[in-house]
Amino acid sequence: MLEIKNLSASIGDKEILRGVNLVVPDGEIHAIMGPNGAGKSTLSYVLSGREGYEVTGGSAFYNGQDLLAMEPEARAAAGVFLAFQYPVELPGVGNANFIRTALNAVRRARGEGELDAVAFLKLARTAIKNLSMPDDMLKRNVNVGFSGGEKKRNEVLQMALLQPGLAILDETDSGLDIDALKIVSEGVNALRGPKFSALIITHYQRLLDHIVPDYVHVLAAGKIIRSGGPELALELEAHGYAGLEAA
Amino acid sequence: MAAVIETLETVDALAAQKYKYGFETNIAMDAFPKGLNEDIVRMISAKKDEPAWMLEWRLKAYARWRTMEEPNWARVQHPPIDYENLYYYAAPSGPAPKSLDEVDPELLKMYDKLGIPLNERAALAGVESPTVAVDAVFDSVSVATTFRETLAKSGVIFCPISEAVREHPDLVKEYLGSVIPVADNYFSALNSAVFSDGSFVYIPKGVKCPMELSTYFRINARNTGQFERTLIIAAEGASVSYLEGCTAPMRDENQLHAAVVELVALDDAKIKYSTVQNWYPGDANGKGGIYNFVTKRGACRGKNSKISWTQVETGSAITWKYPSCILQGDNSVGEFYSVALTHNYQQADTGTKMIHIGKNTSSTIISKGISAGHSNNTYRGLVKIMPGATGARNFTQCDSLLIGDECGAHTVPYIESRNMSAKVEHEATTSKIAEDQLFYCRSRGLSEEDAVGLIVNGFCKDVLKELPMEFAVEAQKLLAVSLEGSVG
Ligand SMILES: Nc1ncnc2c1ncn2[C@@H]1O[C@H](COP(=O)(O)OP(=O)(O)OP(=O)(O)O)[C@@H](O)[C@H]1O
Ligand SMILES: [Mg+2]
Repeated sequence: MLEIKNLSASIGDKEILRGVNLVVPDGEIHAIMGPNGAGKSTLSYVLSGREGYEVTGGSAFYNGQDLLAMEPEARAAAGVFLAFQYPVELPGVGNANFIRTALNAVRRARGEGELDAVAFLKLARTAIKNLSMPDDMLKRNVNVGFSGGEKKRNEVLQMALLQPGLAILDETDSGLDIDALKIVSEGVNALRGPKFSALIITHYQRLLDHIVPDYVHVLAAGKIIRSGGPELALELEAHGYAGLEAA
Repeated sequence: MAAVIETLETVDALAAQKYKYGFETNIAMDAFPKGLNEDIVRMISAKKDEPAWMLEWRLKAYARWRTMEEPNWARVQHPPIDYENLYYYAAPSGPAPKSLDEVDPELLKMYDKLGIPLNERAALAGVESPTVAVDAVFDSVSVATTFRETLAKSGVIFCPISEAVREHPDLVKEYLGSVIPVADNYFSALNSAVFSDGSFVYIPKGVKCPMELSTYFRINARNTGQFERTLIIAAEGASVSYLEGCTAPMRDENQLHAAVVELVALDDAKIKYSTVQNWYPGDANGKGGIYNFVTKRGACRGKNSKISWTQVETGSAITWKYPSCILQGDNSVGEFYSVALTHNYQQADTGTKMIHIGKNTSSTIISKGISAGHSNNTYRGLVKIMPGATGARNFTQCDSLLIGDECGAHTVPYIESRNMSAKVEHEATTSKIAEDQLFYCRSRGLSEEDAVGLIVNGFCKDVLKELPMEFAVEAQKLLAVSLEGSVG
């Protein structure tokens, strides 16, 4: 379970998050929507431990562990996964090597045995097939020369292989074509289960047709200003954020 | 090559380990008195049973060296070297072993610990298929050379150079010093006077050497300089891939390594020379470590010949080294692929010279410099196109990666073109490991050090893929290990 209490954070002297409260129990998927610049990505970075974000108040616990006190890699080992809004390129680093190194680091931290190259490739090939991705995705360098949609799919591939307990997807649907949107959604739905929860940041209701959330929250100006069921997304689609902020 | 990339991709997670070759081997040694004079030169020559012409050659070199001065143009700094306070010869006591069975078991144990296969039977019975013949040089002597008989069947000569002087004097006389003249520079003159051992390779006409050849250099004795001398000749149409590895114990004092390596490629011959240099780099405060002052040069004498240098330099307190190619033969090709990594207080001034003389000669230079800690890393390269080198081409790419704010990276390219038709391209970049790259890796569960190792290996990939597979894996681990403590 993810429990965020009164979380505030700033970059430099600019306050971005202003008291976020949010609880995501295991087994649930919550969507976060909100206008550009509201602080959605900031929330995802603060939860996964990026440098440069100063937490000025509040707390964030995942399964009883104080996330804010942990190194990013320890959060990953604890099961937190962030699918980046802008995935990063690693020139010269093979995708298979990268994902296997990550998987083994996480497995080590969890006291599980490491996977050798052969065992890993078997897993990875299956995952790639399930996501209808081309095989050469594993051979290429991490995100280098990937199209926007391929980068997003690569994030989902990593998620599928790392099997996180909490997935934060930051606009993973942006830039995906219609088929890819379906495939990616299936990838997320495949992880659904009593031990899995997700925060899905998106601007578009259509993603939520495929991944039906338990709750939808609206983050605006660093605060959650409204929460509701999946119907809230439809309402936003129809009327935009303008009316909400006054409410 | 695909296989190499696969290996790079599937190599085990980089284990964190310190300089693991820093142990000392206790073995009875004979050493000549400290200091350098004519008598020492004579003693070295006598010890090796050399013919008179070789002694003459050494004495001339010594006389030249006496008149020369240490070069000071490199971007490296060190207290003056006291040449009188060094041993110029140290070797295990007793008569030289005639076969592996006679080699001191302590020495065999040491090579085993270093992971160097000196046992032919084990290697033959083992599963690793592409066997490597090894010449093991311990301080001033070669202690064992494996697979000599197998190689001899195809006419390949692979032996200690001291033996070649006695057994193959005509070849040695013809080629020794023919690429790097004795007085080329201060250290080559010094080496020519006192060189102790190293490898000699001759690949006869039309022969593709049936296995990889390698020399493993180990400095063990205290206060001892190592002056290795290597000579490789590939006759018409011959080809060979040669590997060189180096380690030394951890010591507080600085030790001198001044090697000379000459390569000669005749018509249509190919020589691939790979180095993984991991001499002791000194401690985190810059105490101790090897001074690595090395002259390496290859002559593409014949038409269509090719010489390719690949080096991964992670060790040594100071590296001063410019493996070069003289492209004499028409259509000859020179390549230089280099990774130089410096950390703590290490200093590296390294690069290459490509001298285009023949028509349509071409050269490629890919240099990757990584600096961390308080280190200084300089690429120094010369591309020279002579008037006759019509149609010559060069491509140079020099990339520097900085880790932290206290280190330095410098690029000093010299280009001299005296032929209008030549095409010379130079690209250079300097970058830092980006915060978002590190965070991306860490958010996936990698520690900061593993993330740096991964990113650095990615940065070096274009060079690492040029290495033979076993070396590539070793080099990749080495890069990660050498950067330990560079972040955080
Ligand atoms: N490094 C930074 N320096 C200064 N301001 C920043 C920095 N990073 C983010 N911001 C600001 O913080 C605010 C929130 O940014 P954030 O990326 O979290 O928004 P978002 O809700 O994810 O928006 P979008 O929907 O456009 O992705 C924005 O005003 C942005 O300009
Ligand atoms: Mg965003």
